[in-house]
Amino acid sequence: MADAMYKTNKGPFVSLMTGLPGGGKTFLGILLVAALLVPLSNLLLPASSPFHVPTYLVSLMGKYVCFALLALSVDLIWGFAGILSLGHGAFFALGGYSMGMYLMRQIGDRGVYGHPILPDFMVFLNWTELPWYWYGFDMFPFAILMVMLVPGVLAFVFGWFAFRSRVTGVYLSIITQAMTYALLLAFFRNDMGFGGNNGLTDFKDILGFDLQATGTRLGLFVASLIALALGYLVCCFITQSKLGRVLIAIRDAESRTRFSGYRVEYYKLFVFVVSAVLAGIAGALYVPQVGIINPSEFSPANSIEVVIWVAVGGRGTLWGAVLGAFLVNWGKSYFTGSFPEAWLYMLGGLFVFTTLFLPKGIVGTSGTWIEKFKERRRGSPELAPAAAVKEE
Amino acid sequence: MMSTQVKESKKQDLTSILYLDGVSVSFDGFKALNNLSFVVEPGEMRAIIGPNGAGKTTMMDVITGKTKPDTGEVFFKGGIDLTKHDEAFIANLGIGRKFQKPTVFESQTVFHNLELSLKGEKGVMTTLFAALNDAEVARIMEILGVIRLTEKAGDLAGSLSHGQKQWLEIGMLLMQDPDLLLVDEPVAGMTDAETEQTADLLRDISKTHSVVVVEHDMEFVRALNSKVTVLHEGSVLAEGSLDTVQNNQRVIEVYLGR
Amino acid sequence: MRITIKTIIAALMYLLATQATAYADLADAAKGLLSKSYNEKIAATEAIAATGDAQAALLLETLLSGDLYATKSDDRLVYREKTGGGYQIRDIVTDEDLGVVKSGDIIKIRINNRMRGLIKDLLGRLTLLNEDPALRLKAANSVFKSRPKEMIVPLTDALAAEEDASVAAAMRRALAALNFVHGDTTEVQADALLILEEQANPDVRSLLSAEANRLAAIQDPSPEIQVLATAVSKALAKVEEKLEMLGLVENVFQGISLGSVLLLAAIGLAITFGVMGVINMAHGEMVMIGAYTTYVVQELCRNFAPDLLVYSLIAAIPAAFIVAGLCGIAIERSIIRFLYGRPLETLLATWGLSLILQQFVRTIFGPTNKEVSSPEWLSGAWEITGGLALTYNRIAIILFAAAVLFMLMLVLRKTSFGLQMRAVTQNRKMAASMGIRTGWVDAMTFGLGSGVAGMAGVALSQIDNVSPNLGQAYIVDSFMVVVFGGVGNLWGTLVGALSLGVTNKFLEPYTGAVLAKICILIFIILFIQKRPRGLFALKGRAVEN
Repeated sequence: MADAMYKTNKGPFVSLMTGLPGGGKTFLGILLVAALLVPLSNLLLPASSPFHVPTYLVSLMGKYVCFALLALSVDLIWGFAGILSLGHGAFFALGGYSMGMYLMRQIGDRGVYGHPILPDFMVFLNWTELPWYWYGFDMFPFAILMVMLVPGVLAFVFGWFAFRSRVTGVYLSIITQAMTYALLLAFFRNDMGFGGNNGLTDFKDILGFDLQATGTRLGLFVASLIALALGYLVCCFITQSKLGRVLIAIRDAESRTRFSGYRVEYYKLFVFVVSAVLAGIAGALYVPQVGIINPSEFSPANSIEVVIWVAVGGRGTLWGAVLGAFLVNWGKSYFTGSFPEAWLYMLGGLFVFTTLFLPKGIVGTSGTWIEKFKERRRGSPELAPAAAVKEE
Repeated sequence: MMSTQVKESKKQDLTSILYLDGVSVSFDGFKALNNLSFVVEPGEMRAIIGPNGAGKTTMMDVITGKTKPDTGEVFFKGGIDLTKHDEAFIANLGIGRKFQKPTVFESQTVFHNLELSLKGEKGVMTTLFAALNDAEVARIMEILGVIRLTEKAGDLAGSLSHGQKQWLEIGMLLMQDPDLLLVDEPVAGMTDAETEQTADLLRDISKTHSVVVVEHDMEFVRALNSKVTVLHEGSVLAEGSLDTVQNNQRVIEVYLGR
Repeated sequence: MRITIKTIIAALMYLLATQATAYADLADAAKGLLSKSYNEKIAATEAIAATGDAQAALLLETLLSGDLYATKSDDRLVYREKTGGGYQIRDIVTDEDLGVVKSGDIIKIRINNRMRGLIKDLLGRLTLLNEDPALRLKAANSVFKSRPKEMIVPLTDALAAEEDASVAAAMRRALAALNFVHGDTTEVQADALLILEEQANPDVRSLLSAEANRLAAIQDPSPEIQVLATAVSKALAKVEEKLEMLGLVENVFQGISLGSVLLLAAIGLAITFGVMGVINMAHGEMVMIGAYTTYVVQELCRNFAPDLLVYSLIAAIPAAFIVAGLCGIAIERSIIRFLYGRPLETLLATWGLSLILQQFVRTIFGPTNKEVSSPEWLSGAWEITGGLALTYNRIAIILFAAAVLFMLMLVLRKTSFGLQMRAVTQNRKMAASMGIRTGWVDAMTFGLGSGVAGMAGVALSQIDNVSPNLGQAYIVDSFMVVVFGGVGNLWGTLVGALSLGVTNKFLEPYTGAVLAKICILIFIILFIQKRPRGLFALKGRAVEN
């Protein structure tokens, strides 16, 4: 039939095997190259070489990779299902805290107070027993399970209520913001048992490897890249499937989708939970690389910033979100270092500029240009452009 | 296909495809539907006319589960109480709805629009792993032919003309293979030729489906050649052939003013 | 006795005319205390009391407690405090520091029992009859607290002469307490109880509960005592009930006060979000700009017109409205008008704007808090009864919020601009074809919402730190109020703000401030599930688009 003109649905596995969405292979290739070259250059090249990547830079890039995974998770729900979450930082932070709790318990009796079980802050608060919810976090597999389970369950419960009662659009955005704000306030409390204001820090080692060691840092960097690549594949799998098209349908015409017989709330719930789990994993990889997790990760401002990474890169483009996360965070590191005064102007301006002049983001807009260029060269308008992002 | 709970009701007409009795809906004191009752028989094509605010769209909302009536009964295929279900369930029961404003998935291709409307299991996991088989592709191609969009299969739905979008939406209803189609103003914004073609299309469809059409365009209603129900202020004002209702004194009053 | 009181009153009248010489009078009157003759001392005591001077009471109290001394060298009346090398002495009349002396340098003024009785008597009357009602009130309250038996008679007299209602009430309460404690017969006590049980006062409660305990502990109580005991516990229950009510009232006041702050912060948002459907994340920054305008106006007054400093807050209200309103119009024209119909994009763009505005203010004014002082007329509190005092600045905020709400409703309902605004909200195209300049209406509406936010900033400058982050603290709360109250309805905003404020204050005693806030947030998140469009939601098809 006319298969060449449009993709028929052969199932998500076939879609994934036969081709990734525009630029996907290149993107995975770049991740692979980075995973190989960065550790090699760090280990093999002398510090004087211009191609040597110093360890601090490895950790910095590792941090960006975690942010990129977070951006990917936001793009999955915002770009495809039209759910603008202003509280995704909460899932990131919960994943981070789960990992932080594991790292805390790994400290053992090497803390300032030398207590064999209780973390320093608990000893400081005169606690005598470990709270029940800290049990099990001395085991790495349990902690990893929690990294995914805690954000996932929160997203499930929150989404269950919100989507079932059809809270949509800005209302949903506002209550996701309220959610992360409530968690921010809660985690500031000392009696929550998560270190209050100071959060969890002074980590020593992970799985027996010293967190300060270069090898560990390289390992974490590579692990983050792998997580990002897997996260990207998961997102591609979802968005290329029929479910992905249902999500886009929900984004563009929710009522129509309902009247076509789809339980919109279940679809949203599914993708929201997947997204929260990805964000949780990003948080878990972030914490050992920066060495601290504190309640400020829950601040609504953080979550909104993630959205702008996605918007800059291009919502609904997946690797565009990754690009956006890298660009904005690189800019942040650069400007807060060189022109601290200017950074907030830049960031604020970025929000305004992107929404006004670059609604499809860098990737979306350049994609449109490339299509136009190709069309002109070919002189035939028969080509269907890659799913363009439609505004609400 | 669905488990049908047959409600025991003496008043109820078990042979009807759609049965509304005493349905009232009010929004903040405004009665959108006021004790509305009417019956559609299987295989029937019914045109609903009425001035703005007569409650046509609200009636559609009630039938498709979008709005719950304050009072009254709504039954489908004799025994299924529609007031107890949501839109998705009702859609899967076999009621398809076309909106007043053509609503298609604009950023997806015409082909995918139809694919999404395909009848079948619509659970999350099923959809995630769904793949089209040959029969389904054939079905999509068939409908593409019916709605005259075969050439446009690979185009984005958003790039279609207004009339083509109307057809696409009707095509999407056909993909659902519903027992009852609710069609809200299918020819709004169409050229005369398109209107004629649409009337032909709907008459074709009504051979195998029950159809309820809401329309303003009297020429079109005449072309449908079906029984007409006139709504006014949320209840039925008159019912019968187009000529009968057009000569009804009350209908003339409502349309022309007193 | 009567004569004495009349004399004193006459003396007070006289004194009123000769205030200026009061010090000298007191010193003169006190001279007699140096005499050896007790008769002369008694005459001096009465003369001191007759001056009615504020220091006179202190002098008599010191005399009564045996702490009054005279210097041997120059016969000055002093009181002493023990220090390392001897005694630090001060003039009792002028409170002048006279240095450190040895114990031999000063001589105690001795008094006898007759004088003691007289002084107590005089002392009570002295303050109870002071010309300042506030002092009389204080005296009555101190009698009420200490309950000396000998004050019964003077207090009765003072009460008979009292004209100020609130002072009379305090005296009646004090007298009842005295009669209750010192009453000879159970009848007197029962009568006193009838007055006491009407008092909503924590001291009355502790008095009654102590008495109830004492009575309950009596072995083999007589029938009379049993009757009294029942009466006391009944009165105690009544007082407790009243106090609980009072606590309730205080909570409600605190809640309304917090609610008014929320209302002020949210009401501008209710316009931009409710009427225009624009999510303005920079709304908090409009509040912040209003607060900084207040600061600037105050500084200008301080530097150029110090006399008007007291009124700078009043002047800041229109100034803040205009500055924030102009900012709002600029924002609408330059950014928001390109984003209509795209609420999520608007949200992001205005968030970016809020970052820019914060940084801008930080660049100009610096990152530290700015001091906006409260004018005289806003400090202090309105004491309603013993247990309840409402601070003036809180009251002012409540009134201000009410006034802003009222004005806004007036603008929306009664002006042609309000009419145009509602027309544009309901049907933009139709309004445009009727000749309404929709762009202008949009800009003005946004300006109005922002201007109101600026006025909120004036109020917030009185209770919160004026810093670049001021607005951020209120943005989430404001959204909660608007969403909870229902969009597009100012009454909803009012009800939303007040109910959230009051609920918060009622939760606080049980959960603490932070947890109360968390509870409220969770409540709203759950509430939106039930009523996705808020408390006062519009229903029907019109809502869909």
